[in-house]
Amino acid sequence: MAAVIETQVALTVADFKGKVDPDWCPGCGDFGVLAALKAALADLNIAPHEAVTISGIGCSSNLPGFINTYGMHTLHGRALAVATGVKLANHDLHVIVTGGDGDGFGIGGNHFLHTMRRNVDLLYVAMDNQIYGLTTGQCSPTSRLGMKTKSTPFGSVEGPINPIVLALAAGATFIARGFSGEPKHLTELMKQGIRHKGFSFIDVFSPCVTYNLDNTYPWFKQRVRKLESDSSYDPTNWDAAMEKAQMWGDEIPIGKFFERTDIPALDEAEPVLDVGGPLAHRRVGIPAELARQFVEELM
Amino acid sequence: MKYTFAVGIGGAAGQGVATPGNIFAKIFARRGLHLFAYNAYQSIIRGGHTFLTIRTGPEEVTNHGDRIDLLIPLNQDCMDRHLDLLGPGAAVIYNSDSIQPNNPPDGVRLCPLSARQLSASSRNKVEQNTLAVAASLSMMGVGFQTLEEILSQQFKKKGDAVVEENISGARSAYQYATEHFEPFPTALPRTENGYAVVTGNMALAMGGAAAGVKFYCAYPMSPSTGVLHWMAAHARKAGIMVRQVEDEIGVINMAIGAAHTGVRTMCATSGGGFALMTEGLGMSAMIETPVVVINVQRAGPSTGVPTKTEQGDLWQMLGAGLGDYPRIIAAPLDIPDCFKLTTEMHNLADRFQCPGIILSDLLLSEGHASVDPKDLDFNVPIDRGELITSPNGNGEPYKRYLITESGISPRAIPGLPGYVHTVATDEHMEDGVLISDEFTDPVKRRAMMEKRQRKVAGIEAAVPPPWLTGPADADVTLIGWGSTKGVIEEAAEILTAEGITTNQLQIRWLVPLNGDTITGILKESRRTIIVENNYSGQFARYLRSETSFVPDGHIRKYDGEPFMPHHIVEAVKDQLAGRTTLSVPAHEIRV
Repeated sequence: MAAVIETQVALTVADFKGKVDPDWCPGCGDFGVLAALKAALADLNIAPHEAVTISGIGCSSNLPGFINTYGMHTLHGRALAVATGVKLANHDLHVIVTGGDGDGFGIGGNHFLHTMRRNVDLLYVAMDNQIYGLTTGQCSPTSRLGMKTKSTPFGSVEGPINPIVLALAAGATFIARGFSGEPKHLTELMKQGIRHKGFSFIDVFSPCVTYNLDNTYPWFKQRVRKLESDSSYDPTNWDAAMEKAQMWGDEIPIGKFFERTDIPALDEAEPVLDVGGPLAHRRVGIPAELARQFVEELM
Repeated sequence: MKYTFAVGIGGAAGQGVATPGNIFAKIFARRGLHLFAYNAYQSIIRGGHTFLTIRTGPEEVTNHGDRIDLLIPLNQDCMDRHLDLLGPGAAVIYNSDSIQPNNPPDGVRLCPLSARQLSASSRNKVEQNTLAVAASLSMMGVGFQTLEEILSQQFKKKGDAVVEENISGARSAYQYATEHFEPFPTALPRTENGYAVVTGNMALAMGGAAAGVKFYCAYPMSPSTGVLHWMAAHARKAGIMVRQVEDEIGVINMAIGAAHTGVRTMCATSGGGFALMTEGLGMSAMIETPVVVINVQRAGPSTGVPTKTEQGDLWQMLGAGLGDYPRIIAAPLDIPDCFKLTTEMHNLADRFQCPGIILSDLLLSEGHASVDPKDLDFNVPIDRGELITSPNGNGEPYKRYLITESGISPRAIPGLPGYVHTVATDEHMEDGVLISDEFTDPVKRRAMMEKRQRKVAGIEAAVPPPWLTGPADADVTLIGWGSTKGVIEEAAEILTAEGITTNQLQIRWLVPLNGDTITGILKESRRTIIVENNYSGQFARYLRSETSFVPDGHIRKYDGEPFMPHHIVEAVKDQLAGRTTLSVPAHEIRV
């Protein structure tokens, strides 16, 4: 498990097997997300020590415990803020954030907005099941209007947010939607997202088989349509992406909605990182001459 | 008593109180004089009443004192508020074109200047400030050349014409004062020393830089924002990543992310922002990632009085976050200590892999003091603790939370081959695997809790106990914590000079407290009085909870303004006369 990767042998999914097996309910959509993430990392030949998987709290946020990379299982809603700190402290690391819709769009909504605006170079995989699972089935920010849950027994009177529209509006530079029932497609999206230099967001339909009986595997299977199968769709066109993002009903698009590469990621835009390598590897302290200047200016 | 001289400058926000303040500070520091400056202001960008007290002297000046020797009111409001409070020997310099005095108290000299007559080109109100400074320097026996140099620097960016205009105006005011106003009986002294003029916030920021902080993040909040400003201005030169974050929840979490990845990290806020950080602080303790948080206290509760000082957050620091966890809390004693304590706190937080909290307040953080450059020595000891920074060559399984006698487990940073692990805010086993979900195990939970808490003994051994200053057998022992050191010291000197011998016990380390040492000292004291800038006696209650010690009396102030020496002196006398055991001094100056 903790063996040193000494040679450039091709990595396999087995290299990313975590210390413990997932404790998700049998049939949970999150299994598909975990499998796709391991496959993406193996395909990109990213060694376990070169990646950090960071999550908040919730069923899906247990993921870092089930994968063999550096991991941080942080606070509810805070994974993106922690991940920004990790990436800026060592921009050589591949940073992956995983978590649920309640974690990312509810309690963590503010960090979601600002991490997109900052174009922090990381992959954010939202495992969106339209429900609060670990707290045993309450309405979430993506639950549909009218959905009956334990906290909305007569049907929710609040409309859901659309994470893709939100991401487009907030300036995310890579925006996609996946479905855990389409593991190969999801793996490809994750690979693109990891390779994208900037903030990559993948909203993944990851059905909760225990508490969400509205948005089930069959429900999604009937509806999802891959954007990639429409050869006329241009994911560099923001307006087209905005239009597609609002499609919901009998047909729901999945795939890459939007990507732009003309905006520098935060670690590229920040002059402090121009020379000297990752902050984590730099020498601690201030050179004597500089220290003298700092005091001198106060004399 | 030692010689000091205090100038008070007041006016509406936006009238330029800061500029003459800075000029005086520069002149005093360049003459080798010490100074302390306190600015009483409000949360308003234009208007209101701002009153800056800048006090100087050849020996260390630790507070803004009791007395204004020279008042410079920049508007009628300031004149009306402060004239009555002046004592014999004081002088008032004011622009007689727009400000009229009421009857001054006995022995107070009025020194009117007509800005219109003195300055051919008095186009704006800032000019009257310069004229007043020039007249003041004449009365203080300071040569004109010093001011000329400073004005040249000050107005350099605005061009030669503006420099010339200001200098010629200043010269005529200087000459006018020399001809018309009696100088102060003691000319401003001069020493061979040289001092930097530093705010507590600058000192906190520089302390962080000296300690090797490479990541600083914050959300702007008075009175902590000065730390962010210093960091932002010096970030590129110093190689420090500075980020302004969406809220303080983001701040603490981002800071912990960076710290976990191996860089020294710091953030500063005030009480309200700190409240948002408390869950994150628990994460720091649980995943055992060090982080240093500065709380610059202001008057609460809630938004409170944003521009006023208080020592009201002690219990918030003690109780921040759910559950029991090791934390280190200390309050700097003065402005130079803001620098020193910050460097020490980083070493402790790194060694014990837990949060370190620095409890400053508005008085220190926004106050200005003369600091000997030797006390800003960036070459400080760095102890990163048990930090693993090179790859694991032998393939041994790594246990991030290895159970050890000290409670400290060697910490590997992400990116290193051979140490891959996941940290979790859920309770976990030695290897980081959760025990909180399906594997809950009371034996392991207890072992991990005890492992973390064992660090407390190490922290206690690493932190020096407080000491008593002044005569051991004094009539009165004054106990304070943090920023009240200077004012209590001066009150003790005054009391002792008046025949009431007084000593002082000032607390810097709050957690751990060194309670045994404190009670050992205090049980020898004749009369113990705790002095603090809050309503409920937060330190008194804490001391009692830790040691059962109950003092003879309390002096508390919670009107937003800091103590002045006479507040404490009079309260001690009241208590010695048996009039009360709880004194709440009234603040005479309406600012």
